[in-house]
Amino acid sequence: MKIKPKVGVVSCSGECCGLGTLSRVATRFVLEDLRSDQTVTICLPLFLAGETEEHGFAKEHPTITVDGCEKLCARKAVTKYSKEPAEGVNVEALLSEWGVEPPKNRRVLDTEDVETAKRLAELLTDKVDEIQEAA
Amino acid sequence: MGKPILVIPCSGIGKPFGSISRDATFRVCDELRLGKADTLCLSLLVMGDEEAKVKVSTSKCITVDGCPLECSHNNVRRNGGNIVANFKVMDLLRENRGLKPREVTFLDEDGEKLSKLLADRLVIKVDELLEESG
Repeated sequence: MKIKPKVGVVSCSGECCGLGTLSRVATRFVLEDLRSDQTVTICLPLFLAGETEEHGFAKEHPTITVDGCEKLCARKAVTKYSKEPAEGVNVEALLSEWGVEPPKNRRVLDTEDVETAKRLAELLTDKVDEIQEAA
Repeated sequence: MGKPILVIPCSGIGKPFGSISRDATFRVCDELRLGKADTLCLSLLVMGDEEAKVKVSTSKCITVDGCPLECSHNNVRRNGGNIVANFKVMDLLRENRGLKPREVTFLDEDGEKLSKLLADRLVIKVDELLEESG
């Protein structure tokens, strides 16, 4: 039986707005509930400040980056220090495409925001499955 | 009003302690000291964003770290930040051994308690710094 690699899901830290919180919560849904055995993560600031071990992350794991805004810190960081991500999501652009309002509160997500996070997590899960199938 | 004090959490995503650092920071910046305290994206700073670098070098910065790797403190320092205080969730945990936060995505009761305790300490520091600045 072929062992499929665990997929890395790396969220931006996104402290400046609710989009960062949404990215983070959706990422946690995937890691904790939806694909807990097939995914791993790393704190983006640790990855950025890290050395060989941390920078090897995307080389060991095909990685999906989850960025809250168009600055795409996670995608740029993984590309620069490790390897081109297998997939990337720009949450701000995605919400605009879905016609969904970004969270107003960056500490506490309301019911609608949590639903959006779940929808985002489902999309990430599809990408995890696609990556694993292709591996 | 003077320049806001910058509170910069590590926002660690793997354990509850990073979530506590982030939650407490938002309590301070968005609720308890709105307009007097502010934050910025740590990753944006570490990626070398010039605006973020200027902000940390010209403001009084409080770093807030969830784990002993101290990503916030180390990264802000490396990027020329004017760090005037560093808070560690681990210190708070040692002082409150009965509290055992477990949830990362949404803080559980003990995580909320620690976040409030940390936010109260941050507020005291922010007020001190603002008073010093006149």
